[in-house]
This record gives sequence, C-alpha cells and structure tokens, in this order.
Amino acid sequence: MRCPMKVVFERPRTLLKKPFTYCPGCHHGLAQRLIAEVIDELGIGEVTIGVGPIGCSVYIYEFFDLDFVMGGHGRAQAVATGIKRALPDRIVFSYQGDGDIGAIGTAEAIHVANRGELITSFFVNNAVFGMTGGQMAPTTLLGQKTRTSPLGRDARMHGFPFRLAEMLKVAEGSAYIARVALTQPRFVRQARACIKKAFLTQIEKKGFSLVEILSPCPTNWGMEPEQAVRWLEEKMIPYFPLGEIKVKEGNFDETS
Amino acid sequence: MKGNEALAEAAIKAGCRMYFGYPITPQTEISEYLSLRLPQVGGVFLQAETEVAAINMVYGAAATGIRVMTSSSGPGISLKQEGLSDLAIAELPCVVVNMSRGGPGVGNIQPAQSDYFQAVKGGGHGDYKLIVLAPSSVQELVDLTYRAFYLADKYRNPALILGDGMLAQMMEPVSFVEPNFPPLPPKDWAIQGKGKGQRKFIVCFALDPQELEALNLRLQRKYRLLEEQETDFEVFGDENPELLLVGFGTVGRILKTVVREAKSQGMKFALFRPITLFPFPRRQLKELARKAGKVLVVEMNLGQMVEDVRLSVGEIPVYFHGRTGGMIPRVEEIFTKAYQILRDEVPYESGF
Repeated sequence: MRCPMKVVFERPRTLLKKPFTYCPGCHHGLAQRLIAEVIDELGIGEVTIGVGPIGCSVYIYEFFDLDFVMGGHGRAQAVATGIKRALPDRIVFSYQGDGDIGAIGTAEAIHVANRGELITSFFVNNAVFGMTGGQMAPTTLLGQKTRTSPLGRDARMHGFPFRLAEMLKVAEGSAYIARVALTQPRFVRQARACIKKAFLTQIEKKGFSLVEILSPCPTNWGMEPEQAVRWLEEKMIPYFPLGEIKVKEGNFDETS
Repeated sequence: MKGNEALAEAAIKAGCRMYFGYPITPQTEISEYLSLRLPQVGGVFLQAETEVAAINMVYGAAATGIRVMTSSSGPGISLKQEGLSDLAIAELPCVVVNMSRGGPGVGNIQPAQSDYFQAVKGGGHGDYKLIVLAPSSVQELVDLTYRAFYLADKYRNPALILGDGMLAQMMEPVSFVEPNFPPLPPKDWAIQGKGKGQRKFIVCFALDPQELEALNLRLQRKYRLLEEQETDFEVFGDENPELLLVGFGTVGRILKTVVREAKSQGMKFALFRPITLFPFPRRQLKELARKAGKVLVVEMNLGQMVEDVRLSVGEIPVYFHGRTGGMIPRVEEIFTKAYQILRDEVPYESGF
C-alpha cells in the first residue's frame, strides 16, 4: 500500500545538487535559496543571467543552474549593465557583499541606480569583510570590533556605518529598494516577497531594483550562530531598519 | 576624415555594436561619433560613470558574444588595467583604443608613445598579453580596426590599438574596404541565458593553484601562436642599408621622410616599422638588423620599444633617439643623429 505523501519542501530547481560551502550560521545559503525559489516561481531560469562578486560568495556560480558571469571586485553591476544592454530581454541580477557593492563598487552602485538600469542587485550586508578574514566594512557598526578596527569602529576615525540602500533611494532611476533579514520565519517570508518584487520590477521595466539582506557572520564576529542571530537583531536592525525603502509605481518611461 | 572618426566608422563597419567610454582628450571624438552612429545601426552607446565601469561594461557585453569596444587615452587606460587583466584571463574578445598622450601622471594632451610598456608588457597584474596594433596613418587606423576585431574574436583575447594624439586628430583621405578574413568559429562560449541547454559560466579567476598554472600555460601557448601567425611589420627603403631605423606609429611616418632624405644625399637607410607591437616581429627585425649592422630606434618616449629591439637583435649596436612630453622628433634632428652614428661620433648606449 502506498502512503499518500505530498512533497512540501524540496530543493529549488534553480539550485544545483551541491552543498553550500558557507560557514555554519552564515545566511548566504538561505539568501541564495530564496533567490532560486523566486526564479523557479517566476519561471525565468532559462533567461536569467547572474553576475557574482569577489568575496565569500565567489563560488555562487557553482550553486545555481543558471548562466553566470564573474567579474572583478566591486564590478558586478558594471558587468551586469554590459550584459543587460547587450541582451535587453534577459533577466540580469548581481549578488554582492558589503565590501563589493558598498566600498569598492560604490560608484557603480550609485550610477546603475541613477540610470535606472534594468537589473536587480542583491546586497548581503554582514558588517564585515568576510572572505579576507573579518576586516572593517563600510557597514561595520560604531563600536564594532573587527580586524582593522581592533578598538571598535570610531566615527571620527572611520566614519559612520554606510546606509547604501537609503542613499540609492534618492536616485531617480531606482524603482524598488528593500532591506530584509532572515533571522526569523516571518522575516524569511517577507524577504522572499521582496526578492520577488525586485525581479518583477525588472521584468516590468520600472527601473533599478535592490534588496539588501542582513546576514550574520558568526566566524568573523567571533560568536556562536545563535548569538550572532541575536546580535544582528539587537544591533544591526535598529541601525539598518527592515522594510521597503522605495516602491515606485509606473514603468520607467512613464515616470521619467 | 579625422583619425578618431575614421576609427569609429571602421568599428561600426567591422560589426561593433556596443561602446562604453568616458571622455578624455585627445580621443573624445570616437565617443561623440559613436553616440550618434551606434543607435543608427541598432547598437548601444553608453557613457559610463568611470573608466573602470566602462571597461567592466565591456567585460559584461563581451561575455554575451557581441562585438564591443572602448577607447581612452593614457590616464584612462591606466584605470582600465584591472578590467583588461580580467578580460585577458576570462578570454573575452574586445577592442580597446589608446590615443596616447604625454605622461606620466595627467601629463598633457599632446601626442606621445610613452604607453608602449603598458600596452605590450601586460599593463595590469598577472601574466597576460594584449594583441597590440600600431597604426601610422588614418587609413591604417581603419584597416587595423577591422583587424583588431577579427584577431580579438579569433584568439578570444582583448586587442589594443595604440595610436596617439597626432593620429587621432589628423585628417587624411580614407577608404573603407572590408578585408576578407577567413570565417571565425562560432562563439559557443557566449553567455545568453541557458535556455533549454546546459548552463555556462565565465570567470576571471582559478583559485586552485594547479588549475591557474594550467590556465596560464594555455594563455602562453596562445601568445606563442599569435607570434607565429599574426606578426606584421613594414620595411621601407634600401635593401642593403648602412643604418636601420626602427619606429612605430607616428614615428614610422617621420622615419620614412628620413629614409628618403638619406637617399637624396646618397646614403642607404631603411625603416623597419612594427605594425604588431605584440606579437613583436623580432625574428624579421633581427635579419634586417644583421644586414645593416647598426640600428637607430626613434620613439616619442625616452626608451621603451628600444628594449624589445635590443632583445631581438642581440649584439648589434642599437642607438636611441627619443622626444617626450608631446614633442615630435623632427626629421633634421633624426638625420643629424643618424649621420653622427655612421661617423662613429655617438658613443654606443648614449641614450638621448
């Protein structure tokens, strides 16, 4: 007798059958799974091209069953621009960390937003440079100790934690900007909805879209995964508030 | 036509459909021309926020298999080096134009050849080569633009056209005769979205040491193949010269006048003008240098290509005459130097 069972949870088709290589407690894997789920749901895998960063997720192209292009550090959005302008009917997204998009790639970030480039960027903010071993990032919180701010980030010395998403809001060409976290089931549901809206913003040609994803980095924060989740909620979310930061209606041509 | 505009039109005729750039003198007319012309042929012109962004947009577009180019001058080309290194390892074809100007630093906007090292020795980090073509007339700007796109596609390698402010700004009659290149293999590596097929990816790294060494060795084999198959140069003047003049680009034009002048005075000079700076025509240069016994290299810098000439010709004495900072070597001063060399009045290795 067959047991009538229904599959309620499985690997998204857009993810290859390959274990993630991220540290325990890191949310890169969760973020990438959600992106894959949304690509499945929208049925856009055949026409989607990903552009990866240099940083912890440098191997992102190994996990997705998608065409992928990897460029230099901080250059993903310029590379994505080149791809999208060459193939305007494809869906193009970049996936970048805070060093990549918020420090060395800031000029690219501001100008893709300003041009209303029809790409979607995912910005994983873990408040440190992860791959190089936990140095201060533009998003490092005041007082936060890192390998290059051993006494804690000091505003007078290092400036303030950088709110890139809010900065990109003022760019006329940006159409959808949201900040999410993945530390609670309800946050995960919200994040998935935001990722979907970001892709739809591109599909509907409304302008540039970005979803910032707060992620813990237990390895470089020197914390247990659970402790890191608590630190993210208690310290990061108050400074980097969650929610939709910009939702522009109408397509690009109507609003410009 | 003006050099910059002729080059831009040649790019269109060669099938270039995308251009990303940032204004800088003395090459800005390339951008201006293409901003009007590319949309007429269904192409894309995009003025980037930085040179760095421009070359990375080229990287993205090249990854899709489309013919794409960018252009700049000295300081801008320096900013593009990171992207050129990435393009080289990812083996993406594209064309980059450097209408070089006086350096170092911001220097000035007058013609110079002081970007030779940067162009032929890599420029950015890592073991890689660009295909480097050096035109010496507006017609050659056109012809070598066609060839740059062809070679870039054939070898999956960025190609650089090394002109200068003189060629960029001068006007000469040109004809656009499309060369008959052999067919190219299909770009089955191009990223277009996986469709119903297998996914593909293009990366600019190989984190495993064995893998990266193998990749580098493969690139070197490609560069050797370029040396065997694509080396090009022009020889002008006496078949048995008493002095061989060597110069590229704009200097090549000036040296032709020197050769003619020498002939009218009963002296036998010849010019060797490398057209491909990488691959450098070292074997052919050596043969001719042996015949002459003495070589004078003239450059609009203080001694860059002369190093490659010395490496090529071995023991044969190689003299040098250079002007820099936007100064153009005059026929008289080159002729005087040549005359002194032939009368053994110039101690060898005297440089400038």
